[in-house]
Amino acid sequence: MSERDLNNTVTPNPKLAIDYCGIKMKNPIIAASGTFGNGPEYAGYVDLSNEVGAISVKGLTPKGRHGNRGTRIAETPSGVLNCIGLENPGAEYFVTDILPDLKKYDVPLLANMSAGTIEEFAWMAETLSVDGIAGLEVNVSCPNVECEGMAFGVDPKVVEQVTKAVRKVTDKPVIVKLSPNVTDIVEIAKAVEAGGGDGVSLINTILGMAIDIHRRQPVLGNIYGGLSGPAVKPVALRMVHQVYKGVNIPIMGLGGIMTGTDAIEFMMAGAQAVQVGVATMVDPTAISRIAREMSEYVEQYNLNSITDIVGAVHKA
Amino acid sequence: MSGYVEQGEVVRNEQIGSDVWVMDIHAPKQAAEAKVGQFCNVRVADSTAPLLRRPISYAGFDAEKGTITLLYRVVGKGTEIMTHLVPGDTLDCLGPLGEPFVTSKNMLLVGGGVGIAPMLCISSHLKEGEEAQVILGFRNESETFWADLFNDTPVKVHITTDDGSVGTKGFPTAIMPDLINANAFTSVMTCGPTPMMKGVAQVAKDLNVPCQVSLEERMGCGTGGCLGCGCDGAEGKRYKVCKDGPVFPAEEVFF
Repeated sequence: MSERDLNNTVTPNPKLAIDYCGIKMKNPIIAASGTFGNGPEYAGYVDLSNEVGAISVKGLTPKGRHGNRGTRIAETPSGVLNCIGLENPGAEYFVTDILPDLKKYDVPLLANMSAGTIEEFAWMAETLSVDGIAGLEVNVSCPNVECEGMAFGVDPKVVEQVTKAVRKVTDKPVIVKLSPNVTDIVEIAKAVEAGGGDGVSLINTILGMAIDIHRRQPVLGNIYGGLSGPAVKPVALRMVHQVYKGVNIPIMGLGGIMTGTDAIEFMMAGAQAVQVGVATMVDPTAISRIAREMSEYVEQYNLNSITDIVGAVHKA
Repeated sequence: MSGYVEQGEVVRNEQIGSDVWVMDIHAPKQAAEAKVGQFCNVRVADSTAPLLRRPISYAGFDAEKGTITLLYRVVGKGTEIMTHLVPGDTLDCLGPLGEPFVTSKNMLLVGGGVGIAPMLCISSHLKEGEEAQVILGFRNESETFWADLFNDTPVKVHITTDDGSVGTKGFPTAIMPDLINANAFTSVMTCGPTPMMKGVAQVAKDLNVPCQVSLEERMGCGTGGCLGCGCDGAEGKRYKVCKDGPVFPAEEVFF
C-alpha cells in the first residue's frame, strides 16, 4: 500500500457509522471547514472515502475573496489564532470547477457558506444545493453588512431569519455553525431550531488577539482573530452540554479535539458528530488516528454503536 | 504531492553559530525523495504547547544513509526545544513539502541568514553538468561560520557584510552585477530576508537572468489546508506559500 494513494485501502468499523440529519457517515468525524482544504489536499495522508466521516469544505462566499492581508496565523499557548478572512474562489466557481473533482471520493461534503446579507445567504443556499453536496453548513459568525457589520450569529432574531431564508430554498440538511462570542449560546441554538434548521455545529472560533512586544503591534494583520485548538476545548464542551439540554436538533461538536478521548467527551456532552480542525494542522493524519482511537473505545466497552454514548453525561 | 509523516531519529544535533544549529535526522522516506528547496515540517514535541509544526528547509539529504539535514536558528520556544534533542531521540518530521527549485546549468545562489540553508542544499546536490557560485550576505564577521559549510561543495563562495568586516562591504546586490557580467549564469536562486530577495530579483531582472525566490511565511499546516500562508501572485492569482511555493519564479510574487 502506497502512503500516497490511500483511497479505498481502509475498512471502516461499522460501529462508528452514524446518520446525521440523513447524512450517512462512516464515522462521526467531520473535517472542519478551513483546516482541510477541500479534501484532496489530504488524500495522500488519510483515506478520504473510509476514514473521514464528512468534509466541510473551505468556507465559501458569494464572490471570491483574497482574504486578509498581513500575518493571518499565530500560535498561542495550546491554541491557534487565525484571521484568514474567508479566502475562497466564490460559490459558483466551486460548483463548476472544484466540486466535480471531489465527487470521486466516497465521502459526504458539507458546503460551508458565509454571506453579507440574508438575501445573499439564500442565494448561496440555492447555488450550493447541487448534486454532490450532502448538506449546508451556514456560518453566521461573519459580519452582517446591513447591521453595521455586527455578526449575524449574535442576535437570535437574525439567526432565525437566516435559517428560515436558507431553509426555504433548499432540501439539503441545514446545519448552522454557531459563534461562541455571545452571551447565551442556547438562545441562538433555539433560534436555529425555530427557523427550521436541521442541526447546529459549535463552536466556531473565540475572538482573541496576540501582541508582539518587540514591534509593539498586534501579531495578526487583522488585529483580532479566531482562537481554536486545545485552549478552547473546555469552553466548547460546556457550550455543547448546554445546547444539548436546550434543543432537540442534533449537534456537531468542535473545539480543540486532538484525540479520540476528546471526541468521545464531546459526544458524551451531547454531540452526535464531531469536527476536527487544528489537529489536522498539526498532524495531517489526525482524523484517521482519532477514528482508530474511537474504534478502540467502542470495542473496549463492547458498544453496539458509537451513538450509544451521545449525551451520556446527561443520563447519569 | 503529499509528504510522509516520519518519526525520525536524531543522529546529530550541534551548535555551529551563536544561535544556529545543525541537525541530522534519520528519515529515510524523505531522504530518498526530497528535492532542493523543499522543506520539512517539524513537530518539536508531542504537546499542545508548542502546538503547530515548524517549517524548516532541507540543508541537505542523503538517500544512502537515509538522513536529512536541517539548519535552524533558535527564534522561539519551538526551536529552543529542538536544541535539547540528542542522538537517539525521536523527532516527528513531515516532508518533503512544497515545490523545489528548478535547477539549471550555471546558477548564481544568493543567501542571507537561515536562507543560506537551501543554497547549501543546492550546492551539495549539483547534478552532472551543473555548476554554481554563491553570494552569502552577512551582518558582520560573526556570521562567517555559514561560509565554512560550503567547504565540502564545489561551489565558489563570495561574501558581503553590512559593515565590511569580511568580504565586500554592502549587500549581496553590490557584487551581483559584476559576477553576472563575468559569468554565463542561467539562473539566480535566492533565499533570505524579503528586502534582500527583492533586491536580488531586481538586479537579476535588470540583467536578464531568470530568478527563483524561496519565500518564508508563517504557516499553519504546511500542507495546503488552512491558507494561513496565502500570498498574492501576479495577475490577481493567489498562492499558498507552503504548497505552490516556497520557491516561485520571482516575477510571480514580486511585482
